[in-house]
Amino acid sequence: MRAPDRTVVALVMAFVVLVAAGFFLPSWAVSLLVVSLARGIVALGLMVQFRSGLVSFGQALFFAVGGYAVGLIALKLRVTDVILLPLVGVAAATLLGVALGFLMRRYREIFFAMLSLGFSMLFYGLLVKTETLGSTDGFNVPTPTVFGLRLSVLATRTLLYDLTVASAVGVALGVHWYLGTILGRLDTALRDNEVRVEYLGYAPARVIHVQYVLGAALAGGAGALTALAVGHIDPSMAYWTTSGELVFVTILSGTGSVIAPFLGSLVFGLIQTFALQYAPSIWQMILGVALLAIILYFPGGLWSALERSRVRA
Amino acid sequence: MATLAFIVADGIIYASWLLIVAVGMTLVYGVMRVLNVAHGSLYALGAYTAATMVGAWFQRGYAPLGSLALLLAAALVVGLVMGLILELGLLRFLHGRDEVVVVLATYATFLILEDVIQLIWGVEARPAPQPYSLLGTTSVGPLLLNNYDLALIALALLIGGLSWWGLTRTISGKLLLAVIFDREMAEACGINVRRVFLVTFLIGSVLGALGGASTAPMISVSRGLGVDVIVLAFAVVVVGGLGSIPGALLGATVIGLSRAAAVHLLPQAEVFAIYLIMTLVLIVRPYGLLGHERLRKV
Repeated sequence: MRAPDRTVVALVMAFVVLVAAGFFLPSWAVSLLVVSLARGIVALGLMVQFRSGLVSFGQALFFAVGGYAVGLIALKLRVTDVILLPLVGVAAATLLGVALGFLMRRYREIFFAMLSLGFSMLFYGLLVKTETLGSTDGFNVPTPTVFGLRLSVLATRTLLYDLTVASAVGVALGVHWYLGTILGRLDTALRDNEVRVEYLGYAPARVIHVQYVLGAALAGGAGALTALAVGHIDPSMAYWTTSGELVFVTILSGTGSVIAPFLGSLVFGLIQTFALQYAPSIWQMILGVALLAIILYFPGGLWSALERSRVRA
Repeated sequence: MATLAFIVADGIIYASWLLIVAVGMTLVYGVMRVLNVAHGSLYALGAYTAATMVGAWFQRGYAPLGSLALLLAAALVVGLVMGLILELGLLRFLHGRDEVVVVLATYATFLILEDVIQLIWGVEARPAPQPYSLLGTTSVGPLLLNNYDLALIALALLIGGLSWWGLTRTISGKLLLAVIFDREMAEACGINVRRVFLVTFLIGSVLGALGGASTAPMISVSRGLGVDVIVLAFAVVVVGGLGSIPGALLGATVIGLSRAAAVHLLPQAEVFAIYLIMTLVLIVRPYGLLGHERLRKV
């Protein structure tokens, strides 16, 4: 019998532990986990692109599209179903990703980063000046319901938490499977030498398009979950600093495993929470120093540091 | 007709400001392949230093005109000090890494400097409006122009002209072009690439700080100054073509005029217009209006 895949085992165990922990954790920890896991989902999509050497400096676009799609549908069409809304976010971001992907797939390196930045700033410019959507203030997202029922605040929060945990583990398993397929294995090949990938008979542009749509769908779903959990959306979701944070988490995590983005995102969330509480005036500095240290000393991210310590032990 | 005059005047003033900010960024990218996010921090540092120095200058009651020289001095000091620290302390260790990774390293620097600025100057705004009204006004037809704005245009043209002259008409400029064209070959020919990098980065930093220092009297220097400037400078540099100085001039003009047009004709589209142009240019000409396509290497 083949030995079970360690990543799959770890993910399933993480799912059980996290769902069980949801009943005991204090509310601040639950919120931290929801936001961190959602951000981890975006970082997972960025990680797939980063494996090909592509960095999207505008992933906040899809994050915000997911959030605003949920907000609009909930507000205008009065659809508040907790399962349906995230799917709406995914669908909106996926459609946009497919469309923009036809352009993005022709770009590499810094030009890929700049064009994605351009698209996200366009959307930001649109949101900031749209008064019906609250301009810079944004608007509140209605509380989600389950099969038409409105639950208590506590039950809603637990439900959103479980939903986020399930989504995170689900997409991690999916991406783990994807990275094992031929399509998924082409990404590091693209990073090393795109022309040779062409000689092998594969179309790099199509691989990149698939990755781009995957990243868009994940970011859209995560944006939807974040909007529901936070209960508020505003244009800063699409601003370049949000993209910067998302890329930060990706670099911090490394590309070694599909679990890495979630760990990295959690570390980021913890730094953010505690630094904002105890040293609010230097929390950006802490982030900056951490990022520099990772770039200079651990190019493979936190995951490579973990692996290194495991090899030594 | 009057609207058109307003648009052109506003557009050119805005373009001059954009050019001063962006030209240093494009120069550094062209030579070093470093797209410097921390350029926004240099801008903010220049603005804060200039505002503080000008404030102190007027408090002591020195000759008002001297404050203009003070703005330049502030830019020079900030640019040289920060340029030395950043290039010798960080960028030197990143040569040869992926361009995108270097962008992230400068992004980290930007985050650090944001807090450093806040630790030094706190959260209150630093107004230093005195120099702005110092030079009087000129009326041209329906327009009443502040001479400070005109001086800004002159400064931008001077910087643009000097960089063009320096690059194409001097020996050191030609050495620089050689490095831009092929770094390895230039090194093989005996050009001290490290020194070229250092000098380029210092010039770029001073220009970034100068952008901030020259703007300080026109705005109220406050938090988050650098954040917006970075993406604007990115837009200018990308529209013109990464690394191209005539491109920066063209990009600044295009973006300056279209923003002014948007402000006067369709105020809702102000932010939108800038990035619409950036995106459209990237779609039609990925390497910018005056950029060169890169060869694919097997």
